[in-house]
Amino acid sequence: MSEAQESMTTERKWPELGPCRVPAWVYTDPELFERELEKFHYGKCWNYVGLECELPKPNMYRRNFVGGRPVLMTRDAEGEIHVVENRCAHRGSPVCWAQQGEVKDLTCPYHQWTFDMAGNLQGIPFMRGAPRPNPGMPKDFDKTKHGLTKLKTHVHEGTVWASYDHDAPDFNDYVGPDIIRFLDRILAGRELRLLGYSRQLIPCNWKLYFENSRDPYHATLLHSFFTTFGIYRADARFNVTPQPGGHEYIQSFLDPSLRETRSDVTAEMKTLKEGFTLEDMSVVTPYDEFEDGIISSLQVFPSLFVQQHGNVLALRHILPKGPQSTELAWTYFGYATDDDEMKTRRLKQGNLVGPAGYVSMEDGEVLAQVQAVVSQNPATQQIVEMGGRDNIGPAQTAITETLIRAFYDFYRREMNL
Amino acid sequence: MTKQTISSLRTELRDLYDDYCAALDEGRLDDWSGYFTDDALYTVMSRESFVNGLSHATMYCEGLAMIRDRTNAIRETSVFEPRTIRHFVSGVRVLKDDDLIEARANFLLSEALYNSEPQILMVGEYLDVLRREDGVLKIKKRQAVYDNFRIRTALVMPV
Repeated sequence: MSEAQESMTTERKWPELGPCRVPAWVYTDPELFERELEKFHYGKCWNYVGLECELPKPNMYRRNFVGGRPVLMTRDAEGEIHVVENRCAHRGSPVCWAQQGEVKDLTCPYHQWTFDMAGNLQGIPFMRGAPRPNPGMPKDFDKTKHGLTKLKTHVHEGTVWASYDHDAPDFNDYVGPDIIRFLDRILAGRELRLLGYSRQLIPCNWKLYFENSRDPYHATLLHSFFTTFGIYRADARFNVTPQPGGHEYIQSFLDPSLRETRSDVTAEMKTLKEGFTLEDMSVVTPYDEFEDGIISSLQVFPSLFVQQHGNVLALRHILPKGPQSTELAWTYFGYATDDDEMKTRRLKQGNLVGPAGYVSMEDGEVLAQVQAVVSQNPATQQIVEMGGRDNIGPAQTAITETLIRAFYDFYRREMNL
Repeated sequence: MTKQTISSLRTELRDLYDDYCAALDEGRLDDWSGYFTDDALYTVMSRESFVNGLSHATMYCEGLAMIRDRTNAIRETSVFEPRTIRHFVSGVRVLKDDDLIEARANFLLSEALYNSEPQILMVGEYLDVLRREDGVLKIKKRQAVYDNFRIRTALVMPV
């Protein structure tokens, strides 16, 4: 690290106004970025790794990342799920090179060290030397001590989570009862059916994406589709609820009559396109499959945004790739019980979200723009005052930035900033 | 089918694909949607989904109505940075010439944002089924399968 960078780091001081200001250096500082990964992704947090249904058979694996580190989600011969680092204990080659596969064991291509699906070292070619009497590996080399790095693994209703810290708290305690309740609303007792993947690489800091997906205020303004079709609108009823540990959930209550409603609230929505309609309205006409009229989203810090938008069920895996680069990996799913009509409905409504989504495309666009500007002046600050400067409590309106303040309140404590 | 008919069909397909791409590159979105049949299925999907036999698509339009909705949304509602796109099509091949025609082609799509040089946005393959309507070839099914592991920032325009 250069002297200039170092001195800048030591001078990092959060603005006096607290969490209603975010200093722009949090989006660019490389040293801070490394500290975040150490603390959150390689520390005690639970990170999302995949869905159990992605490994339908024993002896399958699939690659993913925890923070920047490559990992494998595996299913052993007995059906148990494991998460291990995709780094050969020998010389650091990835053990699996394909995105996913069905294998006998995990064999590193470099020197063919073999590991079982739980990451235990099984075999080393020429362990006893060749040709004799060359010594081979030292006699006291202990195979049990040189397996793949194992992560603490937890399966919750078909979703797979991992933590580098084997002393991580129990998953249920980590996310808390409310998040469990809303995860279970869409997961519990369901056999999940994988629908597919879309991925995008957004040139922005991962926290900008975190802010964006916990910011219902922008959703009611930037996203024309929401306002115009009354599917997520400022005049609807909302529960916007920060959770301890950096998590949150947002619920909006779908009211079909809003589409036709005009008031002093809609007058403030410049993106509401009068007269704009669709030839095929099924994209914006969800079926109330959970029978509660709710559109729900939640964040499990630090890696996952879970979304039930109408009938689109999507997981957004947030992968920091660098201080100014974030991969957003979308996994779409439905249920094994879906009939053709429901499956088609999910695929059609999928047009709302993802890298080309009528709604989500705009998030990628705006965050790339914001990053390009804020990175040029780390001394500047973001204003986060909607709903009250010090208010980090729940709100019953979309017009609030309480979740962003609550996030930075949590973040500052964790990062000692 | 004889060598000659394949060759003339191939020429016809090349013309169709070139015109299709020109419509997109020039922003003539209504002309673009005109290349599809009423019952067309148009999808843009990741190779990751395609090779696993999954049906989710990054863009999923079932029927001409949804294809037109996509073009209207781009024009009327979507917020995005202005850009210039350019399609390059190569390797046009006829797989089957029957009542329905099956064809494939490679595509490369470049994108120049208002303040930067063009970059490759997407590379992939068109998997097509076409039908002749009143003598004119129309696309009944187009799967644009992209090789990119990730899409750079966002996908605004159709492929």
